[in-house]
Amino acid sequence: MSTYETYSHDVLVIGSGGAGLRAAIEASAAGVSVGMVCRSLLGKAHTVMAEGGVAASLGNVDDRDNWKVHFADTMRGGQYLNNWRMVELFTKEAPDRVRELEAWGAVFDRTADGRILQRNFGGHKYPRLAHVGDRTGLEMIRTLQDHGIHQGIDIYQEYTIVSLLKDGDRIAGAIAYDREKGLFKIFHSKAVIIATGGMGKIYKISSNSWDCTGGGISIAYHAGAELIDMEFVQFHPTGMVWPPSVRGLLITEGVRGEGGVLRNSNGKRFMFDDIPENYKNQTSNNEEEGWRYTQGDKNAKRPPELLTRDHVARCIRREIKEGRGSPHGGVFLDIAWIKEKISNAPEHIKKKLPSMYHQFKELANVDITKESMEVGPTTHYIMGGIRVDADTQMTTVPGLFAAGECAAGLHGANRLGGNSLSDLLVFGKRAGESAAQYAKANQKGKLSEKQIEELSKEALDPFSREANADKENPFQIQSDLQEMMQDLVGIVRTEKELIEALNRLEELKRRAAKVACGGNRGYNPGWHTAIELKHMLTVAEAIAMSALERKESRGGHFRDDFPDKSEELGSVNLSISKGEKMKLQRIPKQKLRDDLQQIVEENK
Amino acid sequence: MKVTFQIWRSDSNGGQLKDYQTEITEGMVVLDAVHQIQAEHANDLAVRWNCKAGKCGSCSAEINGRPRLMCMTRMDQVPVDKPVTIHPMKAFPIIKDLVTDVSVNYRVKKRIKKFKPRKPDAADGTWRMAQSDIDRVQEFRKCIECFLCQDVCHVLREHDLHEKFAGPRHMVYTAALEMHPLDVEDRTEDLKKQEGIGFCNITKCCTTVCPEKITITDNAIIPLKERVADRFYDPLFRFFRLFTKKN
Ligand SMILES: Cc1cc2nc3c(=O)[nH]c(=O)nc-3n(C[C@H](O)[C@H](O)[C@H](O)COP(=O)(O)OP(=O)(O)OC[C@H]3O[C@@H](n4cnc5c(N)ncnc54)[C@H](O)[C@@H]3O)c2cc1C
Ligand code: SF4
Ligand code: SF4
Ligand code: FES
Repeated sequence: MSTYETYSHDVLVIGSGGAGLRAAIEASAAGVSVGMVCRSLLGKAHTVMAEGGVAASLGNVDDRDNWKVHFADTMRGGQYLNNWRMVELFTKEAPDRVRELEAWGAVFDRTADGRILQRNFGGHKYPRLAHVGDRTGLEMIRTLQDHGIHQGIDIYQEYTIVSLLKDGDRIAGAIAYDREKGLFKIFHSKAVIIATGGMGKIYKISSNSWDCTGGGISIAYHAGAELIDMEFVQFHPTGMVWPPSVRGLLITEGVRGEGGVLRNSNGKRFMFDDIPENYKNQTSNNEEEGWRYTQGDKNAKRPPELLTRDHVARCIRREIKEGRGSPHGGVFLDIAWIKEKISNAPEHIKKKLPSMYHQFKELANVDITKESMEVGPTTHYIMGGIRVDADTQMTTVPGLFAAGECAAGLHGANRLGGNSLSDLLVFGKRAGESAAQYAKANQKGKLSEKQIEELSKEALDPFSREANADKENPFQIQSDLQEMMQDLVGIVRTEKELIEALNRLEELKRRAAKVACGGNRGYNPGWHTAIELKHMLTVAEAIAMSALERKESRGGHFRDDFPDKSEELGSVNLSISKGEKMKLQRIPKQKLRDDLQQIVEENK
Repeated sequence: MKVTFQIWRSDSNGGQLKDYQTEITEGMVVLDAVHQIQAEHANDLAVRWNCKAGKCGSCSAEINGRPRLMCMTRMDQVPVDKPVTIHPMKAFPIIKDLVTDVSVNYRVKKRIKKFKPRKPDAADGTWRMAQSDIDRVQEFRKCIECFLCQDVCHVLREHDLHEKFAGPRHMVYTAALEMHPLDVEDRTEDLKKQEGIGFCNITKCCTTVCPEKITITDNAIIPLKERVADRFYDPLFRFFRLFTKKN
């Protein structure tokens, strides 16, 4: 056996965000032994930042809502590239998953008759997001955490997984190091669930937290798992733009849901100028009706500020590019104006959007009950990720499962706000269940001493380069990568820039091979970054390569040189897998089942 | 503008404050300065952070002696004519540099009896609760577990009684459970014995440092003390109640 400390579990869960916690709880309930590893402290995962709410067709506010409408909304939002079986399971199961949280102690805001309150959000036909003010993610993670710690799960905090371990084709475990001492640890398990979240931190302007480097997506790729839809990155329309140190920090869509409007420097509500054809039926063309919608008038249509994120983000970018932006390169988002409509507006805003109020007051010296905010697009979410089976969440590697933001399929070309939190719950649970089943039906794979030695040596290499004359600084390479992705693989893409991006990635890879770090192994951020570079570069390459191949514009992916949709490309998903080099393939979309097709038609 | 920082660096002998200089520009927070120092001068400087938005409670430290979140402390609120000191939280053992071992909090929390709801109100397994009945609990549930209140509480900080007194964070946690309209568990005896609520002498220091502005003492601890006092005779608290009621 290995010389490193080894932990043995039936199921290993990597990540303790919403998806990881939900998966661990479920696997444990199925009676197998579960270990959960996270590289931050428990309860600090990126999920804690989610603001607006969790989408489920509870129908508490508008009883016309049901899973079918949610299904149609999610497919339309994803521009029909979604894995429809996932969307079906998701929209059917989301309400139960949300109600279950209440049974575990969550305290959502209430309707007048004491049920869970739901709010409007972009792309959702009816008020659908259960929420707690604008700190829904905190409520969700704390509920799962406080429930989870009593379920007999072994939790390893501040452990980072460096690589998966395999026995032939199947999964055998993973190798990690603990942050405190920097020592390698081996996890030997029958099944592994990856729930490592997103990759916003490979861009310069991002709403994501430190943890979001796409590490888990890359780890799965290097273990042979297929990725899909990597070209689809969501740029959220409203990030902070000033001051520079908070650039990218999210302003929840809830601001617009509560009546906030977007204006350019001429004071014009520019979103009325460009309403896409497939949303014309449901979008209001006058300001008065839009306001009534946000106040719950069931007969009013939604204002164009609540169109899907990809579209709003591009409209904002256009205003800025054409010289109608705000002083610091954004546009104006105004919620203060509602004082014209309601008497106690400042209190109302503070009650509905408390963290937004504080965020601006404390970080930008702006009182949002009095002034407009300056906002611009920010990298927010990746629709693409690890390819999974819709029902079981198993990846293309036997015994390896994935759930949450790192998995792909549910959201297609664009995710609707609020659909991620319920994604974590629905597919976290399913992954936990399936992994437990897999663990019961299979024996542990064998660990290879050689594999472990190679991986630990590779991880330690940066220390041995400390004395080299041509050594590179890990933070410098990370920041060059972020800058490059922002400039060349951002919200609007062209062939020329994408080719340039792929060339620059080769250069960055060469530099990353020379990266060095000093000090010792305990809690060493330089070393941590050095190890993570490989993963960040892998994910960046998968995004750029897929973006180059998709010569059309759809959802989160916009090509300036191909601004229209292509029927041919609309019928395929792009997959990435590891070969000699990174391999790209087109996989034909499955035909939508007839009854589901009918639901789509009925809700057009 | 160049500003001097004195940051705690650990070494085998314990550690000391070390001087670093870095350029401060408009809008920067203390965590930005620490990151800049890390990137420019000290790649191995350990600091814990996640969200940089005041939401995760990872980046707690003592800035010029005051317990604060580094990511929510703007440089223009910190006097820079003298060096700015950044020290790890003092109530917890140091792991390295600015990072402390806060694991005791996770152990303490696990001891507290979990949420136990009454039977569902409706046939579909759901409950009814009025917004006005949950406002108080929602205040407690804003807690981001930054442990700054634990850091400042003298019972833990000066007397190191972590195993005897659960501390303000866990009083807030217990209060959120006890005042949850659906909860039917009883934690009163545990509050007295295992959580050691009697150690708190209502100095309110915890309330002043809470970044979420939770009124820890008045809204959580005092009502819990009342419950304990009602069940177990507590002369000291009776006296305190008499005193505060007079005011
Ligand atoms: C500001 C903001 C607001 C949002 N608001 C909403 C909203 O209102 N509604 C909504 O539906 N969605 C929202 N989202 C999106 C949503 O929050 C995320 O998609 C979701 O939380 C991701 O959860 P997850 O469980 O997949 O991963 P995460 O919560 O990111 O958790 C990942 C976990 O994996 C661990 N990890 C990662 N790599 C490793 C490794 N190598 N080794 C060990 N552990 C590792 C991390 O430590 C962490 O525990 C928002 C996102 C942002 C940025
Ligand atoms: S009020 Fe109680 S808990 Fe808060 S700091 Fe003082 S002694 Fe500690
Ligand atoms: S109660 Fe306040 S100070 Fe204490 S841990 Fe929670 S947020 Fe931090
Ligand atoms: S980094 Fe999350 S609170 Fe400061």
